[in-house]
Amino acid sequence: MTTERRPPAEKRRAAGKHAPTERRLGEEILLVEGLCIEARSEHGPGPVLVDHISLSLRRGEVLGLIGESGAGKSTIGLATMGYTRNGCFISGGRIVFEGKDIRQMSSDERRKIRGRGVAYIAQSAAASFNPAMTLFQQVCEVPVRHGLMSMAEARTAAIQLFTELDLPNPATFGDRYPHQVSGGQLQRAMAAMAMAAKPDILVFDEPTTALDVTTQVEVLAAFRKLVREHGTAALYITHDLAVVAQIADRIMVLRHGKMVEVGDATQVLQNPVEEYTRRLVADRVESHTVVALRRPDEPPVLTIDRVDASYGNVIKVIDNVSVDVRRGDTLALVGESGSGKSTLARVVIGLLPRQKGDVRFCGESLPAHLHNRTKDQRRRIQMIYQMPDVALNPRQTLLEIVGRPVAFYFNRSREEVRARVIELLRQVELPESYLNRLPGELSGGQKQRVSIIRALAAEPDLIICDEVTSALDQLVGEEILKLLKRLQEELGIAYLFITHDLGTVKRIANKVAVMLKGRIVASGDTAEVFAPPYHPYTELLLSSVPEMRADWLDEVLAKRQSGPVNPLVEALR
Amino acid sequence: MRLFGHKLTITAQIGIAIVIINIAAAVFAPLIAPFDQAEIVGDAWADPDGTYWLGLDNLGRDLFSRMLFGARMSIGLSLVITCLSFCIGIFAGFAAAVAGRWLDILLSRIVDLLLSLPTLIFAFVLLSVLGTDLPVLIGTIAILDSTRVFRLSRAVAMNIVVLEYVEAAKVRGEGLWWIVRREILPNAVPPLVAEFGLRFCFTFLFIAALSFLGLGVQPPEADWGSMVKDYRDMINLGVAAPLYPAAAIALLTVGVNFVVDWMLSIHSRGHGEGA
Repeated sequence: MTTERRPPAEKRRAAGKHAPTERRLGEEILLVEGLCIEARSEHGPGPVLVDHISLSLRRGEVLGLIGESGAGKSTIGLATMGYTRNGCFISGGRIVFEGKDIRQMSSDERRKIRGRGVAYIAQSAAASFNPAMTLFQQVCEVPVRHGLMSMAEARTAAIQLFTELDLPNPATFGDRYPHQVSGGQLQRAMAAMAMAAKPDILVFDEPTTALDVTTQVEVLAAFRKLVREHGTAALYITHDLAVVAQIADRIMVLRHGKMVEVGDATQVLQNPVEEYTRRLVADRVESHTVVALRRPDEPPVLTIDRVDASYGNVIKVIDNVSVDVRRGDTLALVGESGSGKSTLARVVIGLLPRQKGDVRFCGESLPAHLHNRTKDQRRRIQMIYQMPDVALNPRQTLLEIVGRPVAFYFNRSREEVRARVIELLRQVELPESYLNRLPGELSGGQKQRVSIIRALAAEPDLIICDEVTSALDQLVGEEILKLLKRLQEELGIAYLFITHDLGTVKRIANKVAVMLKGRIVASGDTAEVFAPPYHPYTELLLSSVPEMRADWLDEVLAKRQSGPVNPLVEALR
Repeated sequence: MRLFGHKLTITAQIGIAIVIINIAAAVFAPLIAPFDQAEIVGDAWADPDGTYWLGLDNLGRDLFSRMLFGARMSIGLSLVITCLSFCIGIFAGFAAAVAGRWLDILLSRIVDLLLSLPTLIFAFVLLSVLGTDLPVLIGTIAILDSTRVFRLSRAVAMNIVVLEYVEAAKVRGEGLWWIVRREILPNAVPPLVAEFGLRFCFTFLFIAALSFLGLGVQPPEADWGSMVKDYRDMINLGVAAPLYPAAAIALLTVGVNFVVDWMLSIHSRGHGEGA
């Protein structure tokens, strides 16, 4: 299948620094053998991050590296350029690029490879561009610096790349500064920057993870086109199996720095051999089950009634939003970044005072300002944040973090607080011995559990969950969702669940509200909203969620070009 | 060698040695010093010998003893002033960051006003008007110095206040004092400790400068700055007396800076490749 997908030879780029005969597709360009990378601090050797990994990459081939965080995929990606993160050392193995071992090279020789031999595309384009320089300056820098082109040639090449990547007004696009283009465009500009010196290998490190689903489709399509037309070999690092299915020829599954499985893309996705891979794949499939409906006759816990809110009186971020949440309900607020879903949570909490409308809690109107709310009103609405790292004070022990709401709201004695914290820890399956640990000593999933019991400690009626699983690994996030569901069944709490991930919605929410530009465009029971006839925006969102079929991207692109969805949604935006 | 689990660089070791020797001299001055700081034991400007290690000064007092008592006064005074200025600066800075816009604007503009005046001249005016008692000296320098601490602690706190655990505490309904003490302060300690060392150096030099100008520590109390002032003319006559306190000031400043540099380097190790 690899050869079928390849473009005809004349489309491939002309040879620059090599003889044409060396440029044959299928020739091995990178060979990694028994690569070991360890973290080492001044306290002595640390954990082994990459453990005897071997891989080979041929010209024109895309190898997907899949794994959860801490699997060592980024570390491997950087190692192909002879680079390691601060505090990490390559302790064994060979990295052979074009017949030469990168580890044996001098740092000058290594520098020559970077950008020209191997180029890197990082997850956060916004953090990787210099905000004080135009895109042209930054895209042209690599070939000019390596002495491959003059500035004028590099500019022409950049315009050519911008055209290939479907960027708007390619001739003048590069005159803009990074903040003047959208996130998806910037990510593509970064691909142009990486391609500028015509490298042999591109390393994509989670390049679409930070993007919205609808943008992800466009960027993914642009990347695939780029890689195919230039016949460049690529390492595609991601945690999302469905994304890698669209672009990779072969897939390697990693876990804790060790290789789990490697094989042809279709084989790994459809007939995984190893148990771990099967769990990763199975999780995706499971996500299409819908939560059963709950009793609808009770009065709502939270009523948001025609609320308007804005920042600084200028931009209306929330526009006439009305939503009800009942006891035992999970209402998912879905939308892309900037749709106002997190702002709505801030309005409910009282951090951003509403301008119009009313927020009622168990029938009584809540003051708009946080300051004017009573202790009991504050207690009954709790919040769980997206990033457990910054949601928990790193200098407080779990006893202090979880015990504080108990002591604060219920005036309990020291012993009672301690007993309650232990009880809460047990509820989320954390051992009692964690009582005196600091958040830094816990894993991401454990930290999120602590966030959950901090909210539970206040014995609330409503918990606002702001993207609680998006910073977590797939399998860990799945456990958190199960935990939330179980706690809801035991305690009858209502959830206002903010997320951009439609898979999560289907798994946890019985009600959905789809937000676009501060308005709710569709709402109702999950089953109804996600079944035809759709609102056009809902349909766009649904169709943008990658599926684990290799031909999914082609289908979506074909549909978008012919279908009626596009113009309508463009008009909405 | 290690300290707090971190490897000590050679300069850090030198710095720590200097600081320890100075502090020991200051603390144990009455025990170590062979004579009292105001005791006249011989002729003016007597040369050094076995009894008077550094010789005698303009009134015939033992220079070595005065150096030790001078350390006590200079270092002790700087420590008290730096601690006081940190208490004022940290509390005001954190309050400005947490309490909201109006307090922030008010405090920041007052600090701008104080910072816009040349510190030495401002202190000069204040001390001339208020007199040169030790409490006045301490209060004046501490308040002037606290403006810089305010700037740093406000900036550090601003970065912490936006984090979600502080927001969670605010939403819970915690008071200002709790947020400052329990949520912000523990996380602001590393940069503030390093700043403490630097501010100590500046205070130390500032007192020396004031004493040199006659507005700092008053005789007969020994203090390195006033010692330089008292003996400065003798440099023309080939007597080394003013060089000892001057060298002590320089040495301690360098020593503290070595330690501070090392502390700062712990938190900001440069990037490198390990291939």
